Amino acid sequence: FVSEMLSAQGFGGPGKMKEYHYAGAVENRFSPYAFNGGTVLAVAGEDFAIVASDTRLSEGYSIHSRDSPKCYKLTDTTVIGCSGFHGDCLTLTKIIDARLKMYKHSNNKTMTSGAIAAMLSTILYSRRFFPYYVYNIIGGLDEEGKGAVYSFDPVGSYQRDTYKAGGSASAMLQPLLDNQIGFKNMEGVQHLPLTQEKAVQLVKDVFISAAERDVYTGDALRVCVITKDGINEQTIPLRKD
Amino acid sequence: MALVEVSGLKPFSEPSAQIFGTGQTHLVDRTNHYSFGTSVHEFAVPVGEEPSGFLTSCNKEGGVSIEMNHGTTTLAFKFRHGVIVAVDSRASAGRYLASNDVNKVIEINPYLLGTMSGSAADCLYWERLLAKECRLYRLRNNHRISVAAASKLLCNMMLGYKGMGLSVGSMICGWDKEGPGLYYVDENGTRLSGRMFSTGCGNGYAYGVVDSGYREDMTVEEAYELGRRGIAHATHRDAYSGGVVNSEYI
Repeated sequence: FVSEMLSAQGFGGPGKMKEYHYAGAVENRFSPYAFNGGTVLAVAGEDFAIVASDTRLSEGYSIHSRDSPKCYKLTDTTVIGCSGFHGDCLTLTKIIDARLKMYKHSNNKTMTSGAIAAMLSTILYSRRFFPYYVYNIIGGLDEEGKGAVYSFDPVGSYQRDTYKAGGSASAMLQPLLDNQIGFKNMEGVQHLPLTQEKAVQLVKDVFISAAERDVYTGDALRVCVITKDGINEQTIPLRKD
Repeated sequence: MALVEVSGLKPFSEPSAQIFGTGQTHLVDRTNHYSFGTSVHEFAVPVGEEPSGFLTSCNKEGGVSIEMNHGTTTLAFKFRHGVIVAVDSRASAGRYLASNDVNKVIEINPYLLGTMSGSAADCLYWERLLAKECRLYRLRNNHRISVAAASKLLCNMMLGYKGMGLSVGSMICGWDKEGPGLYYVDENGTRLSGRMFSTGCGNGYAYGVVDSGYREDMTVEEAYELGRRGIAHATHRDAYSGGVVNSEYI
């Protein structure tokens, strides 16, 4: 805990000269967390899902890496995006991979997106009192082949969405998605369903905007498009400054 | 005795280990994530730190900001024809609105509902666990669990983690042999039976509206409308409540 000694101001009693000095010793506690930046986005369509993330890994004022994507492939129909503290992201994805293998070996089938989401919720909650500092978004196809997005908070609260942004620029991207995909606050506009091409273009545009204004987002964009034919990955350059 | 062994009770272990009777709860510094589906409930706890204040102390350092989804208004009341439950649908994480369309009612079985207010993850997890225990009860005893018993199970789960910073304000509503049942359970282990409850940060607004319009002999439509108005007024005035109103009738 940060501890500070009270300065002698005002405690010298009447008549004594007030002293102005540096307010004593400050203790810097070890923090188990760090913030490594990064933004993740997922969109669900009629028969596809897109998970996109930037590839910058930063800490404070430094950039550790320009090629550290935050999308991790879990199964042929599911991709997870993890942003926050990179150490916890790595451990969490290792645990999920191990649990997927265990499930496959005991049940002889691959976990569905909904099942992975429910499992992740309990994994995160088991660390309720010492959380994984990770903002997760799962994108994939559900059992009927429709796009599904599940968004999480660090301790395991989750719900199914149509689109969600998470990570450092999430507060900038989410309103833009609300407007463009959810048609919120737009009048007299036809609610056309999102096609795959339009969705990919929207994701690229949205990340270009995020890189303009968020220091922790940039360098490159990794887009994973999930369809029944598999997962297609593209990398698009973004601002490097 | 065979029954003691099957239920896994250990006579001299700490109170927190006897919550479920089917297993023990452990607080460890690193959870074993690979023993899923077992009766042992493990929670990781930071070593040497007091759990409820730990996250707030982390949040001051180096850009780290761990925010959990929070906030609500929910209300429920009994009347002659049953129980009405109405909830809003907003989840906020700090100042950021995480979602405007969260489902805050969990259906434990067709005759038992639980509402969620407070921390979203806590409510979701413990009410899912309650649903599992209610299902087991039904399978073991061949009749549905009563609302009083279900709320007591949840209350005891909360007591096991009292003081560790959980945030759950839940109403267990249902219909059992005694008719309509409504219990309020919170993270301190409070368990109250009543005719009307409202929880969450907007609860004051909801209480005012429902108290002024309540009549025991309302019709179902009038009761739906009253519940909806209560939540609507609360969302109007409370910043942390909003979205849509979800109503359920038992």
